[in-house]
Amino acid sequence: MNSKRLLLTAGLLTALPTQAETFYEMSGKVSAEARYFSQDAQFQHQDYSSNLSFSVEPEFYWEWNDGIDSLTFTPYLRVDGNDNERTHGDIRELSWIHIGEDWELRIGLRKVFWGVTEFQHLVDVINQTDSVEDFDGEDKLGQQMINLSLVRDWGIVDLYLLPGFRERTFSGEDGRLRSGLVVNRGQASYESSAGEHHLDTAIRWSHTLGDFDLGAYWFHGTNRDPKLLLKNSNGNTYLAPYYEQMDQIGFDLQATIDSWLWKLETINRDTNSENYWAAQGGFEYTFYGIQESVADLGVLMEYGWDERGEDADAAVQNDLFLGARLTLNDASSTEMLAGLSHDIDYHSDSLIIEASRRYGDNWKLSLDGRFFSSNDPMDLSYSIKQDDHLQLTVERYF
Amino acid sequence: MTLLKKSLNSILVLGLITAPLIASAETPEEKGTRIAVEAKASDKGWQDMQASMNMILRNKQGQESVRDIRLKSLEMENDGDKSLSVFDKPRDVKGTAFLSFSHAIGADDQWLYLPKLKRVKRIASRNKSGPFMGSEFSYEDLSSFEVEKYTYNFLRDEACEGGTCYVVEQFPVDKNSGYTRRIAWLDQAEYRPWKIEFFDRKNSLLKTLTYHEYNEYEGKHWRPNLMKMVNHQSGKSTDLTYSDYLFKAGLDDNDFNKNTLKRAR
Repeated sequence: MNSKRLLLTAGLLTALPTQAETFYEMSGKVSAEARYFSQDAQFQHQDYSSNLSFSVEPEFYWEWNDGIDSLTFTPYLRVDGNDNERTHGDIRELSWIHIGEDWELRIGLRKVFWGVTEFQHLVDVINQTDSVEDFDGEDKLGQQMINLSLVRDWGIVDLYLLPGFRERTFSGEDGRLRSGLVVNRGQASYESSAGEHHLDTAIRWSHTLGDFDLGAYWFHGTNRDPKLLLKNSNGNTYLAPYYEQMDQIGFDLQATIDSWLWKLETINRDTNSENYWAAQGGFEYTFYGIQESVADLGVLMEYGWDERGEDADAAVQNDLFLGARLTLNDASSTEMLAGLSHDIDYHSDSLIIEASRRYGDNWKLSLDGRFFSSNDPMDLSYSIKQDDHLQLTVERYF
Repeated sequence: MTLLKKSLNSILVLGLITAPLIASAETPEEKGTRIAVEAKASDKGWQDMQASMNMILRNKQGQESVRDIRLKSLEMENDGDKSLSVFDKPRDVKGTAFLSFSHAIGADDQWLYLPKLKRVKRIASRNKSGPFMGSEFSYEDLSSFEVEKYTYNFLRDEACEGGTCYVVEQFPVDKNSGYTRRIAWLDQAEYRPWKIEFFDRKNSLLKTLTYHEYNEYEGKHWRPNLMKMVNHQSGKSTDLTYSDYLFKAGLDDNDFNKNTLKRAR
């Protein structure tokens, strides 16, 4: 060990809290997932009907200065039986939080969620989608950020500096639930000359006024949704992601009135190639204590609209969503969810059924079924029309 | 509502001064209300409170399941309390947190934080009668006691574990309550509840809650270490044990907002 490194180590040791006043905790989960595809694949290299995959996500947490400072580290690793691109690792979170009287500073890799609707998350733009995880876009990659959050009587203001960009993950040629042409991440390009090092910024205000929870923001930086450009090299045709710069304003609103939740999200996205509005809105109504039991049944309906119509490169442009959520409120937290989406322009449908319950204190079992139908090759969901599958997930928490 | 409280307080003061004179003239409704007002007043001034909660859920066959929750709450002047609960167990919901601004009259404001999605969800509070985490306690059983939540009917005096108890019928004002009525036993010395019987919407006895191992904090605030809820209709039960009570730690409004909800642990 040379003297420089020794000095660095000494510096780190003094910066870190001493053992006595630090609270440390580890938790997390490991999960095994089995998929069974009921139809023959549509594309080459997809000729398998079952897939096994394992993931691990521990969380390490330290807290010192009576909770004024804390550090969270959440690495993630997935190993997939067929798709090399789905075998991947990420740091979901490595962040330090410092709390003041009416402000918080959060620095590091973090995940931020904005929005209120269930079937699409239009206004949620800070984190990149980890799309190899699942086709629903709910999984996100950690985003590097400096976030100052201010609590005021008139709402919470969040200021974000986002240094650096995460590329979207895409299924490889051996993956199912992908587009017909494979996306080559190695060929990604950017509008900004700074490329993936562009410094993005965002400001968001959110507040509660009686029954209403609302938020508004402005985001300036690299569009998380790439344009997929058709490329050709050595007789191979593939898609190459192209990340534009964008300015986006967004607004979200939820009214919580008796058993009703009314929800609306809307955005305006301005890039070099287009400027458009899109919106997702609807309601959720819950019947409590159905059939004289303690179970609750929620019914959901949402509509998604995109000004660009059939020219949109988004999956939702004129789509209707219906859902039902049954919560048994039992000791095992048994839940069932069914969601149907119908594309009014392309007349395609997808049906998703999810059921889950806890076994013992530390195990959770989920059974999902996903079914697709599409007859129009212009429809984005046409490429997954033969990827109907059942998915069994076993999770062990520690 | 301030007006209501003020008038209730003046009834209380008037009642104390003139009690021997008009005791016989007091109706059971008035006496029941007076006891509720006095019970609330006797516990006033706790400011803020923190505690750990452990729940053991038992089904008819005796199978157990555990819930660990940490709780912070803040006393509000002229309104229901604010509270923040964080779940430690079961582990699949670890980090899930619940923020509630309760109101004596009308719907509470409630938010749920889902750590997996990093999402804060405003939830409907209409669900007062639903089970809390699959236990025999419903949300309304765990919410703060406010005089305005019930109308009252004094039944009788009766010997109880805490000495002599007032036995009072309580009729929920909120139409979304899961009960037609409750019967509560409060000791005359400190107004501590020792037993509550809950009657379902068909007015049949549904559950019995008993309070055990009271301790006094900060000179006047009595809290039980153990609450046992037995459901007579399903044969299930839940034991709720409190530990690490801490009062007057200086919590304020800034400890109860969406930012604290997201990092509660």
